[in-house]
Amino acid sequence: MANVTENVTEKVTEKMRDALIDTMMQDYFFELADFIQANLQEGERFKCWFSGEQSDFVRFNKGLVRQPGNVEQTALSLNLIKGLTHASCGFSLSKNSAVDQASALQMLQDLRGQIAQLPEDPHFMMSEEPYSTAHIAASGELPLASQMVDDILALAKGVDFVGVLSSGPIFRGFANSYGQRNWHQLESFILDWSIYQTADKAVKCAYSGTQWDKAALAAKFSDALNQVEILKREAISVPPGQYRAYLTPTALYEVLGMLNWDGVGEKSLRTKQSSIRRMRDEDVQFNKMVHLIENTAQGLAPAFQGDGFVKPPQVSIIKAGRLVGSMISPRTAQEYGLQTNAADGGESMSAMEMETGNLPLADVLKELGTGIYISNMWYLNFSDRSACKITGMTRFASFWVENGEIKAPLNVMRFDDSLFSILGDKLLALTDEAEMLIDNDTYEQRGDSCARLPGALIKDFAFVL
Amino acid sequence: MFDSIRSQFKRLAPAVDFCSLRLVRERQQQISVRQGVLQPFSTSLDSGAMITVIHRGGYGYAATSDLSDSGLASAIARAKTWAEQSAGRAVTDYSAIAMSDARGSYASPKSHNPPQLSQSQIIDILMRESKEAQIDERIVDTEASLWTVNTDQLYISTAGADIFQEISLVMPDFHASANDGADTQGRSLGGRGVCLQGDMSIFLERGMIGCGKRLAHEALELLAAPNCPTGKMDLLLMPSQMMLQIHESIGHPLELDRILGDERNYAGTSFVTLDMFGKYQYGSKLLNVSFDPTRPEQMASYGWDDDGTPAEKQYIIKDGILQRPLGGAISQARAGIAGVAAARSCSWNRPPLDRMSNLNVEAGDSSLADMISSVERGVLMDTNISWSIDDSRNKFQFGSEYGRLIENGELTSVVKNPNYRGISATFWRSLKAVGDQSTFEVMGTPFCGKAEPSQVIRVGHASPACLFEQVEVFGGHE
Repeated sequence: MANVTENVTEKVTEKMRDALIDTMMQDYFFELADFIQANLQEGERFKCWFSGEQSDFVRFNKGLVRQPGNVEQTALSLNLIKGLTHASCGFSLSKNSAVDQASALQMLQDLRGQIAQLPEDPHFMMSEEPYSTAHIAASGELPLASQMVDDILALAKGVDFVGVLSSGPIFRGFANSYGQRNWHQLESFILDWSIYQTADKAVKCAYSGTQWDKAALAAKFSDALNQVEILKREAISVPPGQYRAYLTPTALYEVLGMLNWDGVGEKSLRTKQSSIRRMRDEDVQFNKMVHLIENTAQGLAPAFQGDGFVKPPQVSIIKAGRLVGSMISPRTAQEYGLQTNAADGGESMSAMEMETGNLPLADVLKELGTGIYISNMWYLNFSDRSACKITGMTRFASFWVENGEIKAPLNVMRFDDSLFSILGDKLLALTDEAEMLIDNDTYEQRGDSCARLPGALIKDFAFVL
Repeated sequence: MFDSIRSQFKRLAPAVDFCSLRLVRERQQQISVRQGVLQPFSTSLDSGAMITVIHRGGYGYAATSDLSDSGLASAIARAKTWAEQSAGRAVTDYSAIAMSDARGSYASPKSHNPPQLSQSQIIDILMRESKEAQIDERIVDTEASLWTVNTDQLYISTAGADIFQEISLVMPDFHASANDGADTQGRSLGGRGVCLQGDMSIFLERGMIGCGKRLAHEALELLAAPNCPTGKMDLLLMPSQMMLQIHESIGHPLELDRILGDERNYAGTSFVTLDMFGKYQYGSKLLNVSFDPTRPEQMASYGWDDDGTPAEKQYIIKDGILQRPLGGAISQARAGIAGVAAARSCSWNRPPLDRMSNLNVEAGDSSLADMISSVERGVLMDTNISWSIDDSRNKFQFGSEYGRLIENGELTSVVKNPNYRGISATFWRSLKAVGDQSTFEVMGTPFCGKAEPSQVIRVGHASPACLFEQVEVFGGHE
């Protein structure tokens, strides 16, 4: 496929804020990429990855502002290739052409010196068939962050409200010496917050999107305050043991997130380090209700990756409980002689989607009967990776339920159980509706992962402390 | 660059109660060899500035990678706007807090004659260790790596502060995985715990040389070993496991911003409350814990924290009694309690908040042999592999890569999948012996996550081996 240009610009409006929305970012990156291309020497190739954001971050505590600020950052990771030798350098961009072009020239020179001393990389692979794309979503729809803060503080008055607002555009780009140019731009916000009743008893919420709706936020606040009323009941503790449990989509995301820790990656499966390697090596299966796909087409992350490969709309990972796929990066594909499915270098899922089941949401408490309603989980880790055994804590509003009625908030409990059981013979039902969950990750930069998951009813969930 | 920034700041600083600029320039290099193949060779040069403005009680920050006059002026304007927007609606009156006017410089230690290694020499060493780990076909994966970081940071402010710090970090690592059927076991160089300030002598002298073969042997040893037994028994933790124990169940619960509630929506709260300082029995009388950013070779040493507070060694727990929290100048003012120089940020694009620096258990007077001989039935655990703790930092469950049974005062067989669980509030009171200087190791981790927006920061932990009595221990799935 040569020189295909797909333009899926969804919405560009005139209502752009001068200081914060920079529609020139795409042009700036492409011009810098052209400059790099023009300065290659004979036999050299390059690829580069652009990332940037113009973000407002406002932290809240006790219904007041703790730390408000703004981060404008742009960076380029430049990979210079000669034959099968290559090296990369990441550097901050100033968005001043003369300064950044001078930096790029210096980096090219440094990289030439480095690759002269490096051996060939037998696992190197980059896309050589240019496939250019542009995706600009929802630019200019958000009010100023200060306006959002006004709305939030008005609702949070007199409430023990804590959390963070992240808002603004993010940018990702790719370019290579074959003329491929990709762009991904999204303006969005996420308000990730909790309302505390006392000590560690709180209701956790999120409000996110590309259009700010004060009334929608007020409705979410109202729902949360109603749930806080239940937290006023005296909390109870139950002894360690096996309990029937309902995991909300949010709690299930924490559990399934463990599959992203060297679980579904092809390299970890090949090197026997994957927690679910027995699903491939011994045909161990999850419950037939479990269908899991990487749904890039419905996700928020760019549809291209760092080597220039464009991701397929969907990749099936688990079908009817059986492991049928994996995330395969170009590097792993080259190492093991496979076909890449354009996974990122970390070979994790960034748009996880699980098929819904038959349990009506309205019947969750009735079907749970007597047991534990888990709203959120926290700090999961492996206690025995070979057995896919995981441990973690309940968190925020988790409840003890008796005969289909919430009786009291539950003090935090530790579980330790195998994912092969939780998603295997202990899985009783999945809800008939899924929830869209947007990752609030802001390490180094605002993340773009999401998931669409149902809730899960589990029997004999093992609690140990 | 730094001199020009000083003059730019002088020209551009606004008429506000307080304004600071923190410029960070950081060079990193990562070299890794996996299964004898050099992995993508990468370097980075990250630079930018964080502006903080305090005005009329409000606080705001703005970070930018545009260091031109117009870029800095724009960042100052954005920070000032946020300070104005938060005035009267903030958790404290920021203008009432005295900000540092410290001046000086700090640099990581260097050997008298530091070794100079070329890129090729480093790759050769990593290749050799990776190759020497291939001792058996059951060794299915190996990775040897070196990560170096050189950070220059300038902090200047309208209060008169001018602090320049140069930090050099060297972090070698190795991992070997062995597989047999359904079981995979791994061994690493201290669970990525060899993280120190200094020069390339760390790479040559702190365990990397010769580790490939040794760790591969130990991974095979684990494959053949039985699971760790289940039950209440004595637990001897080596420094590579103690660092995690200190980090999760002393460090995080004592962060003052957690106690003040800032982190409740993400990293969590704390079972510790302000009234506990000065009187709460955190551990047995043998427990002495210091916050020590002055230990030169340790990962998180510095001359001043990121708000300009001078670094000083302080006891956090003395003879088992809780002394003071890990809180920087702003948190101290909010809480009305003395803390430490702990306001830190991961880089120029994130604001400072309360973090650990080097948090260490002080050495005691028991030899390793004495501690082992005092145990009738117990387990020695080495190198952290699993960590999980509740949001109040109380109920924990941790695991190690490698275990050895202790039976009738002697080390006996190797056991795999060693785990233990407990409750912070009672666990440290079960400390019954603290190793002497011969068991003491200085370690650290580059990965401590916290905050909104999130930050990964580098921290140091030094500890002797420590013995705990009657802990709930268990192994893997049978």
